[in-house]
Amino acid sequence: MSAQSSQSSLPSRAKAVVIGGGIVGNSIVYHLARLGWRDLVQIDKGPFPNPGGSTGHASNFIFPTDHSKEMTHITLDSMKQYKELGVFTECGGFEVARTSERMQELHRRMSSAKSWGVNDSRIVTPAEVKELVPYIDETVILGAFYTPSVGVVDSVRGGTIMRERAQEMGALQSFGNTEVLSMKVENGRIKSVITDKGEIEADFVVIATGCWSPKLAAMAGASIPLTPAVHQMKDIGPVPRFKDAKGDIEHPIVRDMDTNMYERQHGSGLEVGSYAHRAILYTPEDLPSNAQAALSPTEFPFTQEDFDLQDEQALELMPEIVGDESVGEKYAINGILSLTPDGMPIVGETPEVKGLWSAAAVWVKEGPGVGKALAEWMVLGESEIDMHSSDIARFHEHQKATFHIKERTAEGFNKTYGIVHPAEQWSSNRDVRLSPYYEREKALGAVFFETVGWERPFWYESNKDLLAKFGDAVMPRTAEWDSRWWSPIINAEHLQMRESAALVDLTAFAIFDVTGPSALDVVQRAAVRQMDVAIGKVIYTPILSESGGFKSDLTIMRLAHDQFRVVTGGAHGMADKKWFSDLLPTDGSAQINDLTTAYTTLGIWGPNARKILSALTKDDLSHEGFPFGTCRIIEMGPLRVLASRISYVGDLGWELYVQMEQGAKLWDLVMDAGKPHGLIPAGIGVYGTTGRLEKSYRAYGAELETEYNVVEAGMQTAKLKAQEFVGKAAHLKHREEDPAAILCSLTVDDHTSKSGEKRYMLGREPILTPDGGIITDSHGRRSYVTSAGSAPSLGKHVLISYLPPQHAKIGEKLVVEYLGEHYPVTVASVSSTPLFDAKNERIMS
Amino acid sequence: MDVLVCIKRVILAGNTFALNEDHTDIDTLHLGYTLSPHEESAVEAAVRLNEEFGGTTTLLTLGHVDSEEQIRSQMAIGPDRAIVLETDGSEWDPQATANAIIDAIKKEETKFDVIIFGSESADTAGYQTGIRVAHALGLPIVTNVKGLKVENSVARCERAVGNMREIYEVSLPAVLTVRDGIAIPRYPSVPGRIKARKKPMDVFPVEKPAAKIEKVKLELPPVKAKGATMLSADADGAQKLVEIFREIGVLS
Repeated sequence: MSAQSSQSSLPSRAKAVVIGGGIVGNSIVYHLARLGWRDLVQIDKGPFPNPGGSTGHASNFIFPTDHSKEMTHITLDSMKQYKELGVFTECGGFEVARTSERMQELHRRMSSAKSWGVNDSRIVTPAEVKELVPYIDETVILGAFYTPSVGVVDSVRGGTIMRERAQEMGALQSFGNTEVLSMKVENGRIKSVITDKGEIEADFVVIATGCWSPKLAAMAGASIPLTPAVHQMKDIGPVPRFKDAKGDIEHPIVRDMDTNMYERQHGSGLEVGSYAHRAILYTPEDLPSNAQAALSPTEFPFTQEDFDLQDEQALELMPEIVGDESVGEKYAINGILSLTPDGMPIVGETPEVKGLWSAAAVWVKEGPGVGKALAEWMVLGESEIDMHSSDIARFHEHQKATFHIKERTAEGFNKTYGIVHPAEQWSSNRDVRLSPYYEREKALGAVFFETVGWERPFWYESNKDLLAKFGDAVMPRTAEWDSRWWSPIINAEHLQMRESAALVDLTAFAIFDVTGPSALDVVQRAAVRQMDVAIGKVIYTPILSESGGFKSDLTIMRLAHDQFRVVTGGAHGMADKKWFSDLLPTDGSAQINDLTTAYTTLGIWGPNARKILSALTKDDLSHEGFPFGTCRIIEMGPLRVLASRISYVGDLGWELYVQMEQGAKLWDLVMDAGKPHGLIPAGIGVYGTTGRLEKSYRAYGAELETEYNVVEAGMQTAKLKAQEFVGKAAHLKHREEDPAAILCSLTVDDHTSKSGEKRYMLGREPILTPDGGIITDSHGRRSYVTSAGSAPSLGKHVLISYLPPQHAKIGEKLVVEYLGEHYPVTVASVSSTPLFDAKNERIMS
Repeated sequence: MDVLVCIKRVILAGNTFALNEDHTDIDTLHLGYTLSPHEESAVEAAVRLNEEFGGTTTLLTLGHVDSEEQIRSQMAIGPDRAIVLETDGSEWDPQATANAIIDAIKKEETKFDVIIFGSESADTAGYQTGIRVAHALGLPIVTNVKGLKVENSVARCERAVGNMREIYEVSLPAVLTVRDGIAIPRYPSVPGRIKARKKPMDVFPVEKPAAKIEKVKLELPPVKAKGATMLSADADGAQKLVEIFREIGVLS
């Protein structure tokens, strides 16, 4: 069966229609076929093998290391696939530093390389760069991060091979020059794709159309929030030095990180690319048709004025070539690629339309890996690599707005090679979701961080006086990097909470009710823990994938026989909602109601919490009268409040839920009542980090991912419920076998760096053996810091990490690598035993 | 030898393009801008004259101030300065264009030895401007030049006429209108670009005179299908190919 043979006509039915003939679409059809699917149809509005999308003009080089684990793993998998396809040329690559700040960042990249499994990287001197890149002016740089395994690929050829393999398996028909005009959706499910060559009914439709994806998604009423954006590049040559070049590339690629540029040999020429220019954003409607385009629909005319500075910077770094007047610009384009508001791809089934899948904003370096992951997700229900950061279901409503997409991509674009602090905040499009306490918090000097649009106080400047009170116990930090987006006030708030009480704004929670006659069945099927409990019980439970990895962890309150309130983190809340929605019975006997913006939550914790609330209510708040793990409505003055006695910070207290418009009233009541008892407002720094880490509580996305199971995370219960739940078979197996890794809490023994300054790790660093050896478990997973932060009550800096059993022993001495130096650490607790108040006496008081 | 080259920014279009709503102009939404290849050749020819005889090259354009991008690109390969007769970017008829250029040349201190135009603009193809300028300045003109050699202030010009070549000699100063191929343009280098950014560019706003001719309407020709037809993916394609070769006379 040939590609696009003009004789064959479009079939009227297919199991799956994959729209897009770039690297992503080709990878998806191949992997779907490999996993056994047949009756696949692939269409593209352009001609094969290069239909005119971003694949056709991609620079095609791959540096594996990214600070995101998910991105690095997808990239490594893609490299493996390109090699297997025979289209990968290894050439090596340098990320060079012009500043000392960048050198520090390169050491941080070394950490990420070690944590995520890029084995061959090292920091090298300018002279070592010069040896392999003789045309560089090494006096401009201070050093480089060198990865010999960096390479370039032929993505068009690689995609063609994958497509042809699917065709050879008899699984696929591909049709070029076939444009999608509309899509039909029936009862919330994709029904068919209507093209200019006819209509195809399909069970599944995949949108893999890069920068056109939003337009296609809109045809079905779904949203793929990305924007086409310009990436400029020019090719200069012929370069005298390269005149005898035999291959496409014989010298390592140089990423000039501080100028947001790269230079790579390309046959006899040198390609200079840039992410430094102003963000030039388009909409999919701006892209010309194949016929209208002068070059291709994704190759816009070069705008030199945006590149003027880059010319000079390239000249500085590579004067021998760039400064040669005989070397001319042969080709220069404004190439179009896809950018997303958070920099991650958009992959998975759209929450709006069942059977409609997205694989968009995927660059060449990720293409085959994303194709494989998406195919696994479609065929097997989940992918081997945890794709939660790329999950299309992650977007909240405001994040789909064009304004948000443009603002954030414009801000993010110039950070493509930037030094981005792990806690770095966006400056654009803020103040979009405000809690009812916002004005009060602002008046108290709250320093706001953003979580999915919500402005959340991380600490309050009004608590500054506590610094004097607690002195050195607040564990001050002197290094700028360690204390950026941080304040010792967080630790002071923590200590004040442990001493008296703290009030925390938790409005960013995602909240949804599962209701109806089948509600119990739905939550029972989702949750590992027993959900057939008494009304008024609060259950904290893991949510598993079929393979027994973590899809989420959250709490569920049983409010009635047929009403369960799910409360989960804002960041992952929309994906959780989709997960539960997918479990709803088709007969309509259970529903999900999103109450996220109907309710606001305040948390009050600390030894004085009961005293403070008792002043506001006549209800029995005693330990016996309001046991831990229960919830009920209590009256507080004019308000009826749903109080839930749980804790994520390790102290006695309650979460208080009221309707959003009554939040401010609740805040005022509690703050007034708390004054005589030392109550302070505390930020998310306490809730998410210090309080949590002292108790070794796990967080989704940090400790909990599908790559780890309940036993490894130390969250198994002695008894398992009899009822079925998603992932049960796998979980039973995990309970039988020895865990390959165990989640442990470690404390840092000595913070002193070579320069004498005390340094504090921020998370994601590799945990190594005392002699600096990589620690890998029997599943090939590296040990790295999943979360890091102060434990002020212990006077220690705590690191959480999965460790193989031979290292998961209290007192085990290991090291953590931070910015190029090793610091001694000791395993302080194994599994879920908390470091602070191990017997949970405070919570149970 | 001082040379003036008159160039015009034109749209860079693909196989098809769209018209604006009242069909009086091209919709430029998806389009970039460029110089036509024969005007790039004209600049190259001027630069070569400077390389051979010394002197300067000045570029002149009438159009939108955004033409600076195309001007700077050309200055990157050698020209020394530029004159922009700034308009709002709308199309001027050839007579109005020529008059503005004539005025500008008259104001120049430099007495140009050679004034080069493309034989026609790539977008409107009036074939008039160069001739009008030559006439007004009382200079001789050779049109459609495809080859140029200067010796002792005499330009030896080759013209392509059908299958034949004509050779003229003209004493300088003179006006030439050229075809592409007169000199294959070099690519600008990065150092050339950097230098070009600092070269002088004089911008003189010019008023558009009342039009004496009016463009009424543009019509797009019927779209021809772009791309190839696949004859076959199998070996029998060879036979089909042979038949086509016979049809078009490649094989007998």
